[in-house]
Amino acid sequence: MGSDARVAKSAQPFLRVRSLTKRYVRGGVLQKRIHVDAVRGIDLEIPACKTLALVGSSGSGKSTVARCVTRLERPDAGEIWVGGTDIAGLANRALLTFRAAIQMICQDAVTSMNPRFSAAETVEEPLLIQRRGAAKQCRQSALEIMSEVGVSADWANRSVMEFSGGQRQRLAIARALVLQPKLLVLDEALSGLDLSTEAEIINLLLDVQAAHSLTYLFISHDLPLMARLADTIAVMCNGTIVEQGPKSQLLSNPSHPETKSLLLPAKIFQKKYAEMLGVSG
Amino acid sequence: MKYLLRRLLRAALLLIGVSALCFLFTEMAPGSFFDEMRLNPQISPETVTALRARYGLDQPLIVRYSRWMASVVRGDFGYSIAYNSPVAPLLWTRAKNTLLLTGTATFLVWLIAVPLAAWTAASHGRWLDKAAAVVSSVLISVPEIVIAIALLALAVRTRLVPVGGMRSLGFQEFSTWGQIQDIAQRMVLPTAVLVLSSIAVVERHVRASVLEVLQMPYIQAARGLGISRTRLLFRYALPVAANPAISLFGFSLATLLSGSLLVEVVTGWPGLGPLILDATLSRDLLLVIGGVLLSALFMVAGNFIADVLLLAFDPRIRTGESHAN
Repeated sequence: MGSDARVAKSAQPFLRVRSLTKRYVRGGVLQKRIHVDAVRGIDLEIPACKTLALVGSSGSGKSTVARCVTRLERPDAGEIWVGGTDIAGLANRALLTFRAAIQMICQDAVTSMNPRFSAAETVEEPLLIQRRGAAKQCRQSALEIMSEVGVSADWANRSVMEFSGGQRQRLAIARALVLQPKLLVLDEALSGLDLSTEAEIINLLLDVQAAHSLTYLFISHDLPLMARLADTIAVMCNGTIVEQGPKSQLLSNPSHPETKSLLLPAKIFQKKYAEMLGVSG
Repeated sequence: MKYLLRRLLRAALLLIGVSALCFLFTEMAPGSFFDEMRLNPQISPETVTALRARYGLDQPLIVRYSRWMASVVRGDFGYSIAYNSPVAPLLWTRAKNTLLLTGTATFLVWLIAVPLAAWTAASHGRWLDKAAAVVSSVLISVPEIVIAIALLALAVRTRLVPVGGMRSLGFQEFSTWGQIQDIAQRMVLPTAVLVLSSIAVVERHVRASVLEVLQMPYIQAARGLGISRTRLLFRYALPVAANPAISLFGFSLATLLSGSLLVEVVTGWPGLGPLILDATLSRDLLLVIGGVLLSALFMVAGNFIADVLLLAFDPRIRTGESHAN
């Protein structure tokens, strides 16, 4: 019974997005104003503690979805259900409690951190903003989470500019985790890292997902990589989701040309690698 | 420390260069203080020659420059022929008035411009930003002299504030508070001209750098944490946007002495402006050179202060990093 209840709880979507639409206006006072739909009619859901990868080529609108889910942007239409609340239309004050539950990690850890801050200041800042205790407590929590992600407390007072790309990404993860969120939105968080660092960060993300019962929304253009990490994959093209499903189903039988084109580089690589090794087929 | 010493050495060399060029250019300029005397039939050529010799004007340029440098070291800054007095006390009396005026104006400009710029940048594209852009465009395109004359005309017609000079008649009989009030009232007009003519430049510079910073991903990351607008602006945006503003602030300090000369002349403020103008017209060249050197000194000091502030504000300069963010 207890086991069934846990399964039922984990199967319940933590995040449910319905008919999400975001449009931008181009043009100004002396130009014709043009409405551009960055995303339209997006439907997706992620069960608690699971990973959904939103993949697509540049300009497909996946980052706009990420920004709407984290409420950095207010959607023009649609619903974003987190637990039992639709946060799509919430005002800033009401959003504050949900902001802690949904954290975002950006691609460029360098520019996503205040260059004037030290490592510890960067990680403790979310606690200070959310008023989660005295400054001393916040610092202590920041140091603990830094050591959990593999950044030594000895480096706490170093400027974030002194860290390498991989270390900065660890700091970004620590900053996101310090508020004990439920959902992490990772917008191209693995791009720009060398292979060994990428592998380290992936392992770290899998570890913290298990340790903190996190739900992940991965945003990426790298479908083969996402195939290794996600439970479900949604493919975006021109602002809409063109194909969505469990990764095994989507990879074995891609139906949309966009999905096929996203898989193509990996197939070419595999073919060339096989040719190089002299293996036929 | 090495960085600051290097800057100080460069500043000293710059001042020596400015003084040498001033001497050279004044030598090349036609006419001298004694030319009018030559036209006066009651003054003999021998008297004029004797006067020139008395003030050392018959000596070669290099000798005059060396003597002048020695007087600078003594703190005299040369000798004014027109006022028959060392230059330094003449300059200092007027420089105090100029500094009172420009210091107040600069303080007001930055006090108003920085929050206004942060506010307009945060309201990018909204009516407040657009209204501020129109007003600043007008202020930038209207010359300072036009603003001065317009406000002078307004003050004369409405009699809202006293015009001309720094003190009223019978100033010495006023109480201390009365004296302060009197000077403050007379400062209103020239201060308003200076504020209006320079506030738009500062506001635009600061707005542009704040706006650039507000587009940075780390600002978006902070927004995702639910940061308040005030904390975002003052803890995140302004410190990072401060570098160009600090350089501009250094320039504001640098122009404390030279930035108000025209306004002082138009509004009758007894600062360096009228003194330097009179000295130039009468060819009292050492007084002019003293004024120029004092302005150059402020320019160097302003830039030096900006360097020190940048050093204090930006850790990348301390650590010698060159990449920008």
